[in-house]
This record gives sequence, C-alpha cells and structure tokens, in this order.
Amino acid sequence: MAVVRRGFAALALACLVTPGTGLAQVKPDAGITIGRQMLADDNPGELWIEQGKTLFHQKRGPKSASLEQCDFGLGAGKLEGASVRLPRYFSDTDRVQDLESRLVTCMVELQGFKRDDIVARAISPAGSNGSDIEALALYITSRSNGMKMSVSLDHPKEQEMYMAGEYLFFRRSGQTDFSCLQCHGDADKRIRLQDLVHMTSKKGVQEVVATWPAYRGAHFVVRTMQWRLYDCFWQMRLPELAYASDVSIALTTYLHYQGNGAVIKVPGFKR
Amino acid sequence: MNNMRRAFLQWAGGIAALAAAGLLRPAQAWAASWNKAGFESKVVNDVLKSLGAANPAESKEITITAPDIAENGAVVPVAVASRLANTQQISIVAEKNPFPLAATFEVAGGGEGYVSTRIKMGQTSDVWALVKADGKYYVARKEIKITVGGCG
Amino acid sequence: MAEPMKIRAILQGDVADVRVLMLHPMETGQRRDAKGELVPLHFIQSVVVTHNGKTVLDAQWSQAVSRNPFLGLRVKGAKAGDRISVTWVDNQSDKRTDEAVVAPAS
Repeated sequence: MAVVRRGFAALALACLVTPGTGLAQVKPDAGITIGRQMLADDNPGELWIEQGKTLFHQKRGPKSASLEQCDFGLGAGKLEGASVRLPRYFSDTDRVQDLESRLVTCMVELQGFKRDDIVARAISPAGSNGSDIEALALYITSRSNGMKMSVSLDHPKEQEMYMAGEYLFFRRSGQTDFSCLQCHGDADKRIRLQDLVHMTSKKGVQEVVATWPAYRGAHFVVRTMQWRLYDCFWQMRLPELAYASDVSIALTTYLHYQGNGAVIKVPGFKR
Repeated sequence: MNNMRRAFLQWAGGIAALAAAGLLRPAQAWAASWNKAGFESKVVNDVLKSLGAANPAESKEITITAPDIAENGAVVPVAVASRLANTQQISIVAEKNPFPLAATFEVAGGGEGYVSTRIKMGQTSDVWALVKADGKYYVARKEIKITVGGCG
Repeated sequence: MAEPMKIRAILQGDVADVRVLMLHPMETGQRRDAKGELVPLHFIQSVVVTHNGKTVLDAQWSQAVSRNPFLGLRVKGAKAGDRISVTWVDNQSDKRTDEAVVAPAS
C-alpha cells in the first residue's frame, strides 16, 4: 500500500498550502478542459469492467468458490441496483458495510482468502495490472450505471455511521489542522491545475459519488473510494486510514447519503 | 499470338512483378517496416530527413486538437485532422522530446485524414502534425504546456 | 500479456468513428522499478486497422505513445454491420487482434 507514496514525500510537502491563502480561485478555461474531455471520452478504465466480471464468476481462493453467492444487500449475487444502496447494515456481520468491505467479507467467507492478504493487495501499485478488488468494485458498481444513489438510514447503526461520518467530515485534526472543508468547502478552488470538488454543494457531492471507482490517469489503474479517502488522509497528514475501517465506512455513508439522487456513471476519469 | 492472349500475358506479367516486389501481401501482413532512423532521431530535422519531409509547408488545412495545458505529461491527448486532398500520412512530433517522432500513421483506402492518440511529453513543447498529401509534406504546430496537478 | 482491446465503431453518416482502447505498458526503457532496476523497453510498434478486410490505417508507434494507449480514426464509406479489425504488434513480438462491428448511430 505504501508503494504509491515512495519518492513523492518531499514534493508533496513542498506543495502543502495554508488554508485560505494558497488555494487558487480561478475557473479552468477551454484550453484545459478540452484535454480533460478528450481523456474522459475514451476511458481506459472500461477495460477493467470485463476483468471484474471474470473475477466475479471465477472459482478462486482456497475454497475454490465464485462470488456469485455474495449478498450485497439485495440477495445473493444480485448486482443490479446493489451498489447505490451502499453503505448499509448487514445482519450477517452486524455491521454497516460499504462495497469494498462487503467484498472483503465475501472473499474471506465464500472463497477462503485471508483478510490480511486481501487488504495488503487491495490497492494496487501505480502502473500495475490493478488489484482484484479494484476490478470487482468497478464491475459491481457498473451494474448500477444509470441508476440513482439511494442510500437510506433506516437502521440505527446506519444512522450512527452517518452521524460519525458527518462529524469526521467537519472535524479539524492532525498537524495541519485540516478537515475536509479546507479543500472541499468552497467553490472554484484548485491546487495547481487540480480542481477541488465543492463537496458541501449538492452538485459537487453528487459528482463525487457518481464517479467512483475511477481510472486514475497518473496511476494507469482503477482506483476506488477506499483509495480516495486513504489518499485524502495522506494529503492531510493524518494517521494512515485503514482499508475498509469503520472511519472509512462512516465517511462513505455520509458522502453517499449527501449525494443521493446522483446518477451513477463509472468508471470515472481522474487526473 | 492473338491480341487477347498478348494482353493477358502482359497483365499476368505485371501482377507477377507486383508480387515479387512484396506489394500483394494479405492485409494483416501489410505493415510498413518500422522507421528506425526516424524514431531514433534526437532532433526534429533528422526526423524530417528520415521521412523525406524537408521544408514542409505550413498549412491551415491541418487542425491539431489538444489541450493548451496538460496536467499530466505522461498522457497528452492529440488529435490531427487533415483536410488536404489525398492525405496519405500523418506524423505526430513533440519537438522537445528526447526522441521527437512519436507516431506515424499511413492512411490507406477509405481512411479519413484523422487520427487521435495520447503521447508522452517530457516538457512544454511545440507539437507538430506532419502531413503527407499527394506526395508533398505540410505541417501545423501547436504549443502544449506541461504542468502537474495537485500535490503529486 | 495481450489483454483484449475495447473497440467502438459508430456510424456518423457514411463515416465510421472508430475508437480503440488498448492495455499495454508502453515502457520507455527509462523507468526504474521498485528495486531500482531499469524496466526494459516494451512498446507497441505497429497497429493495423482493416475495414472489411481492407487496410485503412497502418500506424508505426514509438515508446512515446502513452501507456494503455488510445487510437481514434475515421473510416469513409462505412455501413452498419461492416467489420473493423485492429491488430497490434509490440517490440517483444507479442500481438493482439480484436474485431468489432460498425454500429448505426444511436
């Protein structure tokens, strides 16, 4: 998991900006957006959808089983419309789970993989062929393409997760005293050429929840929401966000619920 | 020898000559040999020489679609459209790359004078679209600035 | 290696708009891996596109074409149902051919 970071530490520290002063406030012009449009129109991420489908049906792991019996909330193996209701409470684990933690559960229970092994390879090195979870998460989410994010908070544990996520989103912490707001709390902000989504606006948060998993151009692989949150924590110099942890699921619950109504369109395309 | 037979023999002889010259290979095998000299040239003038494209004429009939500023030099989208009649070949050259010639496209049969791809650029540079049409070479240029996005 | 390509061919009038996504490392030979060793030169050198068996594009690439390359082209005189075939060959003699059928404009 730390492989992606190697060599970037010095450069990244040098570009850390003081909130409110260094973040630029200019809209990108056509000469920049044309490049982004050309890349997004033909997205190499699509090549991993087929891989994810193959992995879903393939008998794998010590138990030589497929993931066809995995319940993502709508019953065993039912994928269409499943990811738009995640995160949600699952009675078999008595937890609120997002898509990736649910994949981990099924890969352990159904296929016999060791949790530590799955987690260790969940985020693939940049420039690699990608991880099994990245392809699976993309495939399963793509089965909800065109559908609307529809997270509900009926169960008390879902409500708890949502409130924890909201608290975490707005809490300033760590050596930089950052919360998510410092980068994502205003419109038209960017760090160098990277636009920062305005996530306290409905439009902004919907754009986010609609487009993950996404092909990360600079990494040449598909990245997931777990990776995105992990990377934000790293940018904020917070302690490492553990894969599929309650903190990550809480933030995902908060963001997905805020983004309800967003029309899913994956793979997204990110810089 | 009657005229029809003579005409037939002349035609057959012509075909044999073409076959001997290797110009009648099936479609899959009809791949031009890789322009090693051009791809290993380190300066644009050598690239032009390798293509036989010295002194290409500037042409407004060539359109380069690409960003003014690309936020990832490893993946710079470049599309070239040529409205020149009988466009035969399109090359994409990044002037300041260690090896400027990035790609050459031979357009045959029903191919339109249009190609789109993504190239690596080491630094801000002019990108040239070199087009061969009706045996002559033309060029258009566009500067593409390379920067980085975000914190890495 | 040699993962399948994704080819889209959509008719616009009598021109097929063809878009090809390929999976290939396109290594320049200059990159170092996690152990600090140079990753060898490995890139697609030749791409040939045919339309109903006839060559319409014959491309030569260098290692300067991006990783997971994209190719866009247009084919005149196309009709719905026509066959588009794409073949790439790399400098390590690996190759891949995939086909698609021209779809009518939606």
